[in-house]
This record gives sequence, C-alpha cells and structure tokens, in this order.
Amino acid sequence: MFAMGQRAKGWGFVAPALIWTLAFFIVPFIVMGAMSFATLDGRNLVWGLSFDNYAALAERRFLWRAIVVSLEITVTVTIVSVLLAYPLAWIIAFNVPPRWQRLVLLLTILPFWTSYVVRSYAWLLVLAREGVVNQTLMNIGLIAEPLTLANTRFATVTGFVHFFVMLLTLTIYANLVQLSPNYRRAAQDLGANAFQTFRHVILPLTLPGIVTGAFLTFVLCIGDYVTPQILGGNTELTVPQVIMVQLGRRADFPLAAALAIVLMGIVTLAYLAAARWLRLDRL
Amino acid sequence: MNRLTSTLLTTTILTSVAGVASAQDTLNALVWCDHMDPELIAPFEAAHNVTVNLREYEGTGAALALLEQSRPGDWDVLVIDGIDVFRAVDAGILAPLPADELPTADFFPEVVMDDVNTVDGVTYAVTEKFGYNTISYNAARVDPADMESLATVWSETYQGRISIYDYYLPVMGLAALSEGIDTADISADNLDTLGDVMATMRSRAASVAGVVAAQTALATGEVDIVVGGGEWLTAVLAEEQPDLTWTIPSEGAVRWTQSLGVVEGTQQPDLALEFVKYIVSPEGQARLATSSCFWGMPANAAAGDFLTDEQKAVLRWDEQPDYLARTQLYPAPDDALDMAMQDLWLDTLAQ
Repeated sequence: MFAMGQRAKGWGFVAPALIWTLAFFIVPFIVMGAMSFATLDGRNLVWGLSFDNYAALAERRFLWRAIVVSLEITVTVTIVSVLLAYPLAWIIAFNVPPRWQRLVLLLTILPFWTSYVVRSYAWLLVLAREGVVNQTLMNIGLIAEPLTLANTRFATVTGFVHFFVMLLTLTIYANLVQLSPNYRRAAQDLGANAFQTFRHVILPLTLPGIVTGAFLTFVLCIGDYVTPQILGGNTELTVPQVIMVQLGRRADFPLAAALAIVLMGIVTLAYLAAARWLRLDRL
Repeated sequence: MNRLTSTLLTTTILTSVAGVASAQDTLNALVWCDHMDPELIAPFEAAHNVTVNLREYEGTGAALALLEQSRPGDWDVLVIDGIDVFRAVDAGILAPLPADELPTADFFPEVVMDDVNTVDGVTYAVTEKFGYNTISYNAARVDPADMESLATVWSETYQGRISIYDYYLPVMGLAALSEGIDTADISADNLDTLGDVMATMRSRAASVAGVVAAQTALATGEVDIVVGGGEWLTAVLAEEQPDLTWTIPSEGAVRWTQSLGVVEGTQQPDLALEFVKYIVSPEGQARLATSSCFWGMPANAAAGDFLTDEQKAVLRWDEQPDYLARTQLYPAPDDALDMAMQDLWLDTLAQ
C-alpha cells in the first residue's frame, strides 16, 4: 500500500512534465509526421500515406539544393564559431581576474538583449557597399572599389557567428572554470609543454563543453529563418526559407511538414554524432 | 555551470527565439502592414469606442490557412491581394458586402474591379489601395533613360546593382511584359520563355529582397535598381532621398491592388462593415495611402481632398490616368499554373 502511494505520488510529480511534453511535442510531432504523408488536391488537404512529398526532394532541384545550402552554412558557422569562442572563453576564464569575469561575461552578451531582427538589419548596414567595413577598407587603401559583402553567404555566416560565438563562449567558459588547476600542474610536472598540456589534457576535458555548444549552434542555425532571409538577400535558399514559402504562399503544409521532418532527421544525425560528448545536463 | 552563466545562456537563447504575442480585442483584423499604422486605426477606434486587434500576415496561403483553421467569429475583417479574392470566396471565407453602401462611384474606375470583387453578382470585397510593381531606381546613380525600357534595366550595365522584389507574381508579370506577353496570357506554354528572362534578371541581381530589405538596399546604395519596386517602395523615402524614384517603362508594368472584406461568420458584422466603410471613406483612404509602412494610391479618388499637394506629388496623382492605361493587373493563375510559377520562381532563386 505504501509503495503504491509512493508510486502515485511520483506519477503526480512527473505528470505535469509528461502532459506538457505530450501536448506540445509528441502530439504535434505525430501530426506533423502524418501531415508529411498527406497531399494537396488543389487547396484541399488529402490525408493518406503518400511519399510524394519526400520524392519531391529528389525531383525538385531547389529543395535538394536548399538542404545542401543549409548544411554548408551550418557546418561553416559551427566550425568558425568554435574557433573564435574557444580563445575568448579561455581569456575570460584564465586571463581575466575572477572578480571581473562576471562583468566581462555580461558585457559580452549585452548586445544580444536587443532584437534579433534589428541586429540582423544592423549587420546589413555594416556590410553594405557604403557601410563601415567597405568604407574603412577603402580609406586605408586596401581596396579601390567596395566589396559585395551584404546579401551574400558571407553576410549570413557573419550574422550567425556573431550570435553563436557568445553562446559557445558561455558553454566553453562553464567547462573551463570547472577544471581544477591541478590538471595543468600535474601535466607540467610530468614534462608536458604548454601545447602538449592543452592538446592532451585541457582539450579532451573541455570537449563536452565544445560539443554541447556546437550542437546547440548546429540546431539553432540550421532551423533559423531570419538571418539568411535578411543578410543572405535570398541569393540562395535554406530549408527554413523554403518551408516559409510553402506555408506563406502555397499553404502546402504537407511538403512543409516533409521538409521539417528532414530537418529533424538532420538534427537527429548531428545528435547521434555528438552524443558521446554531449553534456546537456551541465547547462 | 554556475548560476550566472546558466542565466546568461538561457537569456541569450530565449531572446533568439522570443516571439511577440498579441492580445485579442474587440475587432479582429487580418491585414497587411500598412494597416498597422496607429494614425490609420486610432480614429476608427475612437469613433466606435473599440480596440482593433491587428495581425499582419505574409502570403495569401498563410491567411487562408489561418482562417480555415479558425473558429467562426475569430476574425472579422480581411485585407487580401485583389487577385486572390476569388480564392477566399471559393473557400467560403468572405461574407457578402452591401455594394450600395460602398462609395465605389467615387473610385478610380479601373480599380473598382467588379470582376475581381464580385462573384455571381454578389460583392465580397472592395478595393482599398493600388499601385505599381515596376522599376524603382536611384536617379543619381543610373541613367534614367535606361530605366524607360525593361531590356536595358537588367542589362549588363547594371550587373550586381539590381535587387529583385521577392514576390513571384509581379516579377514574372514584368518578365512577361518584357517579352510582349500580357500578364493575363501567362500560361504553362510560355513559362520557359519567362524562365529565361528571369534567369537573366537573376544573374544581374545582387539580391532578392522583401519590402524592408529592398528599401534598405536602395537607401544605403547597396543596389541602384529594384525590379518590382514602385511608389510603395520609394515614397516613404522621398523626403530624405529625393533621388530615389520610380518609372513605368515603355513595355508597361504590373498593377497591384489590395481588397478588404468582412470574414464570413463574424460575430460583429455591423462593426466589421463600419470598419470597411471607414477604410474606403475619403479620410480613411488618405490615411491608408500615406501609411507609415508603405504608400500607395487610394482606390477612392475623393481621398484627394484630404491629401496635401506634396503627398499627391509623391503619389503622382496627376499621372494616374496615364499609368492606369499603361499597366496590367497581376497575373491571376489557377492553382496548377500558380504551383508551376512558384516552382519556376524557386528554381530561379536557387540558381
């Protein structure tokens, strides 16, 4: 009787979370999955088990191209962000006095308390032909004519990296400050130089922070619509942009659902690839 | 991870995904951004002691899907692309309007468009605003003479200095006009021809941009020409940057119209009708024409009495008879052709 009471109490505690997950994740996911096998007859939705929407990925060049473009941008952003965030996190963790670290972290992410959309448009102005970057390069004589920076993949990647470097800095910083200084001392006592200490001791121990941040970057980047739309200038289409077109103009929910399932499949593969090092519980 | 970094991380992620929620009030209107201007809505709210809950949408498909999934009474009025009124009527989304209570006798005759707003003798919508998808440009940076022909607009001279408005219907309409094809004659048979024109256009373009991005690109000098632009793009910038202007080339241009209707099943048909009547009244029309989001010609010519000479000059009020004669309505494809046109558009973007 006591055990049953305890069990009921346990279910009572987890029930809200279960109901929440069921209502806002499981059920919508099932509906989206079912929708991806439906078709459109004119404007009417026809439920069924059709693979037409998935076949369209192979048949319509722009759909397949969108997947490739999304992956290329996301992988580039993730790698560049890690390469920039790690040294920044290192500096904050080991070169900034502890009493200033919180302030530095706060200042680092302060720009992100502004609107994401406004920030993207700000980048558009910075990268414009008559923007700060081009004007500076021309003033110092490095270029004679303004470069085309805005409305390019470079602009999209720049906008993403600006955001995700901060995200990664936080996850890597959290990992670095948890490292006992004894690891470094022990490595040095055993004759390791600074690079060897980093390569064989620090890097492996901070890998969970890097992978966790990289995975979050991957997930948020591949599903983002705003940055490629504003900064990329539609010079190439990503999967979220194509999904928006299906929803906004055609109301083709089945094809949009199939694309969303593909996107989830890509994220799942990324998770499986990173699962060994992921430490989401540390966030 | 310590509490500070957890908090900062959470804040950072949340600010990236946060949306804006809107409260539901008395009159619910599904609209375009030009109706979001308080200068337009506040007088109606004050006169009727109501609050208008405005929701902006992108694309007729999204609006129809939203309305089809809503309960009757959730929405009261709908702004819709003129050429899409028939789709909304087919879907049973629009309620009949009392045509005799609408001031269409004062409208510019070309935009009354009974064939669009009336189905089987029943009026379901009324034109509220119109304008042109044509060529906007910076007169200080391009040769205005080149802008008088579509052939020279997207010529090699302007490689990388063009932005294309991100809406397939007007841009494909312009592509058709450049080939001597009327917008009403666009069909599956001539899509290949349009595809070739758009491929050329695309190869010259630096970007394919929505309203704000196109305005920004033109205003910042990122591009010098916007194909598909018009008064709606440059009018709000006229005061600060008078070199930004627009023209209708010799081949003609595409005329856009937007219509307003009452949603079938509204619980407040009288208030919804009052809103429609306010928007098409001369005062409402003048405010809508000069809305902060984008300017455009009022359908009701009587709005001229409520516009200043400067505003009329920016709208090119006196040139309207010529413009109306030289422009053609948006292409109005059936569902199958519409899908084919969108596929062609997306293929062009992906090039």
